[in-house]
Amino acid sequence: MDVTRRDFLKTSIAASTAAAVGMPLSQSVQAQAGAAEEGWQWDKGVCRFCGTGCGIMIATKDGRVVATKGDPDAPVNRGLNCIKGYFNAPILYGEDRITRPLLRMKNGKFDKNGKFTPVSWQQALDEMEKQFRAAYAEKGPHGVAVFGSGQYTIPEGYAAAKLMKAGFRSNNLDPNARHCMASAVVAFIQTFGIDEPAGNYDDIEYTDTAIAWGANMAEAHPILWARITDRLLSHPKMKVVNLTTFKNQSSNIADLEIIFKPGADLAIQNYIAREIVTRDAVNHDFVKKHCVFATGPYDIGYGMRSTDKYAFPAEKDIQAKELKVTLDKYEAIGQRKKVGQVVEQNNTKKPVKHWLISFEEFKKGVEPYTLDFVAELAKGDPDESLEDFKAKLIELADLYIEPERKIVSFWTMGFNQHYRGSWVNEQVYTNHLLLGKQAQPGNGAFSLTGQPSACGTAREVGTFAHRLPADMVVANPKHRERSEKLWKLPAKTVNPKVGSHITKILRDLEDGSVKFAWVQVNNPFQASGNANHWIQAARKQDNFIVCSDPYPTVSAKVADLILPTAMIFEKWGLYGNAERRTQAWREQVPPPGEARSDVWQVLEFSKRFKLKDVWGEQKVPGLKAAGFEDGKLPDVLAAARDMGYSPDDTLYDVLFATPANRKVKWPDPVAKGHGNSTVDALGDGWFAEKALFNEYREFGLNFQHDLADFDTYYRDDVRGLKWPVINGKETEWRFNEKYDSYCKKGSGFDFYGKALKALPTGNLDKVTDPEKTKLAGKAKIFFRPYAAPPEQPDDNYDLWMSTGRVLEHWHTGTMTRRVPELNRAVPTAQIFMHPADAKARGIKRNDVVWIESRRGKVKAVLETRGRNTPPKGYTFVPFFDEGVFINKVTLDVTCPMSKEQDFKKAAVKVYKA
Amino acid sequence: MSKSKSTRRDFLTKVGQGAALAATGGLVWSYLLQQQARATPFALRPPGAVSESDFNAKCIKCGQCVDACPYDTLHLARAGDHIPIGTPYFTPRDVPCYMCPDIPCKVACPTGALEPELEDINDSRMGLAVIDVENCLSWQGLRCEICHRECPLTDQAITVEHHPRRISKHAMFVPLVHSSHCTGCGICEKACPTQEAAIRVINPRLVQGKIGDHYRLGWTIETPITQEFKSKAKTKEHSTTKRGLDYLNEGEL
Repeated sequence: MDVTRRDFLKTSIAASTAAAVGMPLSQSVQAQAGAAEEGWQWDKGVCRFCGTGCGIMIATKDGRVVATKGDPDAPVNRGLNCIKGYFNAPILYGEDRITRPLLRMKNGKFDKNGKFTPVSWQQALDEMEKQFRAAYAEKGPHGVAVFGSGQYTIPEGYAAAKLMKAGFRSNNLDPNARHCMASAVVAFIQTFGIDEPAGNYDDIEYTDTAIAWGANMAEAHPILWARITDRLLSHPKMKVVNLTTFKNQSSNIADLEIIFKPGADLAIQNYIAREIVTRDAVNHDFVKKHCVFATGPYDIGYGMRSTDKYAFPAEKDIQAKELKVTLDKYEAIGQRKKVGQVVEQNNTKKPVKHWLISFEEFKKGVEPYTLDFVAELAKGDPDESLEDFKAKLIELADLYIEPERKIVSFWTMGFNQHYRGSWVNEQVYTNHLLLGKQAQPGNGAFSLTGQPSACGTAREVGTFAHRLPADMVVANPKHRERSEKLWKLPAKTVNPKVGSHITKILRDLEDGSVKFAWVQVNNPFQASGNANHWIQAARKQDNFIVCSDPYPTVSAKVADLILPTAMIFEKWGLYGNAERRTQAWREQVPPPGEARSDVWQVLEFSKRFKLKDVWGEQKVPGLKAAGFEDGKLPDVLAAARDMGYSPDDTLYDVLFATPANRKVKWPDPVAKGHGNSTVDALGDGWFAEKALFNEYREFGLNFQHDLADFDTYYRDDVRGLKWPVINGKETEWRFNEKYDSYCKKGSGFDFYGKALKALPTGNLDKVTDPEKTKLAGKAKIFFRPYAAPPEQPDDNYDLWMSTGRVLEHWHTGTMTRRVPELNRAVPTAQIFMHPADAKARGIKRNDVVWIESRRGKVKAVLETRGRNTPPKGYTFVPFFDEGVFINKVTLDVTCPMSKEQDFKKAAVKVYKA
Repeated sequence: MSKSKSTRRDFLTKVGQGAALAATGGLVWSYLLQQQARATPFALRPPGAVSESDFNAKCIKCGQCVDACPYDTLHLARAGDHIPIGTPYFTPRDVPCYMCPDIPCKVACPTGALEPELEDINDSRMGLAVIDVENCLSWQGLRCEICHRECPLTDQAITVEHHPRRISKHAMFVPLVHSSHCTGCGICEKACPTQEAAIRVINPRLVQGKIGDHYRLGWTIETPITQEFKSKAKTKEHSTTKRGLDYLNEGEL
């Protein structure tokens, strides 16, 4: 049908005037309807929630966001929103918004056991400074930490990273995005040498096949799922496959649904690879020109502590696997070893190392993954016949291999939150690369993200313990040098020791090695696995925790100081979505009460420290790096003086309000009259968000991460741009010469990422030739074997349990649970279970049950119907509800390479409460 | 009325009320009307009828609209009809409103119970047609769409969308009703060929939702970016609410 937007507009205007159906419309009624929108001012913005990055338009009146709508000009969503996006306006106006700093006080003074009491910003920052100084003096730069976020705006993440890395010389900044897509990042870097997807969402409209691997896109990426569904309805060749551990909403439109056992995705992908090889479907030309083969060690542990000192008694059996693993039948076959063999985990410190292998070795690696072997190992529904399951696996391999068929593999947390998350990510590239189905319209492996700026901020700005902006890392001396130059720092200011990843920051709080932590734009004490440990660590230890949040969250409750924080439309910002699209918005309304933006909070805190406080010699336990042989960060004050700095300059002067930044004046025409509360509160007339963006942008220019200039993103006709933006033109498909100007002329494809592009050579087990081969322009095809989940159901904890999302709520529910309508729709998290499992336990639907693991237990209502239908032996519990604090039950096993937690594979027992 | 659930006892009560009414005059009459109106909040009224409560107050049961109707669409309610006795109504499956351009019923009304301002019959809102998509033949893929073709405001009050059927190479022609134009005349209900009508005119308040005031459908209104934004200065001090502090200070995790 040829309905233009204009036609829609006409009919809908008529519809909206007929608001009072049931009686004739009187003219006065019509006039009232018009008056409601009088004086509304509209501006473009971005949805606050997931990584899809839908564009919205925001209406304000009298300093209040009165309405939003999906932006019809936004290419991502074309005017649509999901039901969370529908509620962008009300999230600002929850009843319990925090509008003043709150400090735990007793007798007028800070007391760790005191009650939260409203204080002034002055008092709040005074106490914060005092506590920070104490921790910094006692423990050094790595005795303090920041919990960052994939929901940081770009300027926020950049300010936090610069304060920590350049100012405090600490790499203990790590985002909740670690829990979200760190495994994807490892695979991007190891495979391509550069982070983030080659393709973009338009792949959906070009492809013939969408494969969802451990991604319930119907609920977690609803607007993208609507595009996939439209493709299915409009393109006869289109097939949709849902690979999952339980039947979910994404199964509804799927042509093929494959229910597999947790962890068996590793084996299924190797089955596909084996089929590609044995059917000789390898695109030899593509592989020869653009790829190499690689593998790495298997004995890399599970990211747990190497000691059981802090483990609860019941946890110790699982923790012991960090050191030694007894191979089960499937692992033994999949790794060409013996059943029952005890394998010491010797590579837990260097899990990321890898080396080149030959195609012949690769074939040897995938050889055990026959249909029979994989089907027996992977079948996840006991009620399905092995023959039916085998037929599905064949069909899946057929879809990948069919020569003229375009195929996109999508995944999110099923792959990423996985004890071998980096491996399983790499395997998906393996199959796309073997087939030459990568980096072309409609062909490619596409990693989706969960958070609105997991890509734009956490990854691109590099708010990770090991990263610097534009894919640089602190461990690389050349990257430190480049950063120091751009940041105008003395040499050796930046700390070469990788800081603590988010799980380790929590462990550091528990063992006392971190004494000061600042939570920014996230809720780690609810969102991290094995939460009982971290809550106790926060409350029982001698430490100080600051939580910046608009609302009282679990993390606020366990903190010592709460800073009232501006929300999305109360500040200027930019987000980057999962297709490399950077999108911007202006401040629409001022924050309520004394709430302030995160940028202001970071900058204001930086005013309290002088260079002489932080740029002297610093101890960093465990620091080992060339040029830092004494294990310390050197005193750089003399060098700073040579650069024109005074030891009495504040970090605010040196890092933020620099002469160059002060030239970026506020007010600025780009504002079109909008306010800037950050600038107002700073009070010194420079446009902080723009200046910080300009500075950050320098890192990526001519460095494979080019962004457009600030003002471009604010143009009326721009709805975000996909980087690299070269001469104002965005890049649709990277690594493909037709679309990406970074590719070498005549290369066809050029995997030009620079990281990890020189490798030794070996066989499946070890390096045999340490001499490094250069791999410029190549992507790596990894062989990664099956490994068994460290915790599996047994006689006592007899059910699998996975956490995940529901469409109605965002993450830990801190915003969506304050929307009465969403709360009414989905008030609590339930445990989804197969009815036969319920019956066997003497429990029935709507019963309150205990969910108990080795680590903790929580109560929830049992659901045996509804949106999720687990197979026997499997349960699912959403994590949004702090009333069903499911992360007390989950474990803190991580992928040893990415350090991302596995929230999908706990063993639990369920019984009547 | 064969399927009426009203019992003989109800009927007798209503007859009794009617008799009492005749005997005691207006006060009880209006009391009775209120009771009946509460029990039966919706009846299909002639075009231009004011809201049901106002209608019951304004209508003097004179029957002039019934006389004026050229199609015998309108009837006066009798005892047991679940409608205040003596008020005009129609049953579209029997005879719908044929939407006379000159609206003779309204012209005949002496009291304004049928709103005199109603000039265009297309602006009348007697009810709203609703489709039972489970039993609508078109929604199953059969080529019916009688309602769409019979509708006096076809392509406005009822449109047809083409949906892929997926189980064969045929598109489905599914009718949709648009409240912006549906007058509730009931011609569709009359015409519907299923054994029991799969499209019916009902009280829109029973079925119509309302999108939140905080949201607009993106493609339905043009919202150019405001060029000279009038920024609102910060509103003064909201204190932290007790609710947040109580949560933070009370109870364990």
